[in-house]
Amino acid sequence: MACGPYWTFVVKCRARERRARRDDPARDNERQVGLRVQLEGRQLGCERDERWLFQALEFSIEDGDLCRVEGPNGSGKTSLIKMLTGQLEPSEGAVLWQGKPLPKARAAFHGALVYSGHLSGVKEALTPLENLSWYQAIGIDDDARSVAARWQALDAVGLKGFEDIPVAQLSAGQRRRVGLARLHLLNRPLWILDEPFTAIDREGVAALEHLVAEHCHKGGAAIVTTHHAFSSVAFTRRIGLDGHGGHHVL
Amino acid sequence: MSSEGGHSWARAFRYTFVRDLRLRIRHGSEWGSPLIFFALIVTLFPLATTPDRTVLVTFAPGILWVAALLAVLLSLDALFREDHDDGTLEQMLLSPVPAWLLVLAKMCAHWVMAGLPLALMSPMLGLMLALPSSVFWVTALSLALGSATLILIGAIGAALTVGVRRGGLLLALMVLPLYIPVLIFGAGVVRLALDGIDVTPYLAILGAMFAAALALSPWASAAALRLAHSG
Repeated sequence: MACGPYWTFVVKCRARERRARRDDPARDNERQVGLRVQLEGRQLGCERDERWLFQALEFSIEDGDLCRVEGPNGSGKTSLIKMLTGQLEPSEGAVLWQGKPLPKARAAFHGALVYSGHLSGVKEALTPLENLSWYQAIGIDDDARSVAARWQALDAVGLKGFEDIPVAQLSAGQRRRVGLARLHLLNRPLWILDEPFTAIDREGVAALEHLVAEHCHKGGAAIVTTHHAFSSVAFTRRIGLDGHGGHHVL
Repeated sequence: MSSEGGHSWARAFRYTFVRDLRLRIRHGSEWGSPLIFFALIVTLFPLATTPDRTVLVTFAPGILWVAALLAVLLSLDALFREDHDDGTLEQMLLSPVPAWLLVLAKMCAHWVMAGLPLALMSPMLGLMLALPSSVFWVTALSLALGSATLILIGAIGAALTVGVRRGGLLLALMVLPLYIPVLIFGAGVVRLALDGIDVTPYLAILGAMFAAALALSPWASAAALRLAHSG
């Protein structure tokens, strides 16, 4: 028991160190830089009901890339997105994250990804603020930033003032915005957005376009499927699917 | 790094647990219906069979346990379905936190809202079935432990049928055979207690089944969810 005071001292020092590390503003940038986007498709193929939607698709997405997946309805855009996020096993070929096949690199990959799909991922019985805090918790976001980050994200999607209202009472566009607040909330380099503009008003669309462009400009990467024409943004890559097994990559 | 990782995993677990409790409490009717179902079935038995206390007490362990089992089965269909429909399940599977941990958090919340209340209600309903008050504790304990096992086992089935519309019957067909050992030993505990025999061996077996289910089910359910979700 003689070492009691010594141990309390050590424990206190460690706690102080940990706090200092957590509050260090440089740390976020460090993490952003530390994670580089390198997502590749190798000979990807998707078969649905004995029909090949696409085959032998080759591409790679890196830092700063803004990639658009285009094609008519039913051409396999969403299937491709699901393969890229690791939700769907490719019928042939593989998706690589930083050179490793997805199932093996799952935790690292999902720690670098924000995904927004057809489903909003928003709990209707919860308030926007409760939804956001859950995203942070399952996204392993920083403790210290969390409260401020939540409010910032709400403000950025124009939902300040609605934070305490259950999502079920909000409009369809506002519900989408709660889901899109993830983009502001989580500090992730790769965004994969499947039809992000559904139900969003004109101003919201412009803001989102701007946000995606800025994210890629800062060194992040984004993959977007949309029928909507981006007015102000140039895509660095395009993956076009024609729905009959053919594709082109630019 | 590892301690920090552990810390954030714990936070993810806690938030998911609290979120699920909150959702259940806000959807009061959904939460209450399995409990009301449990109470109704148990109430109907004395009406349909006999009010004779000596006869009734021999059936009591079986009635309580079968009713609890069906109530758990009824509640399980909702375990993942809502999350699947609104896309939060997708977000859980795409989280850097392992899916089994989040699934375990959901199961724990489900037990608190759908399993534990059954155990707490059992003395009241036992009274109606002429159970002597000396076995109330054992009954509640067996139901608390048993319902947790039933939820863990049933969650695998619920995860597999999450993409199926009206998967309730399919779920029952898949899960019921696996429920039989739990039912035998669970009801057995109460029967032994009624006869005044030492219940610890049966309780230990019930506990062992719980431990095995706890070790396997979160992992299997998470795998099943990925499978069902990718279809």
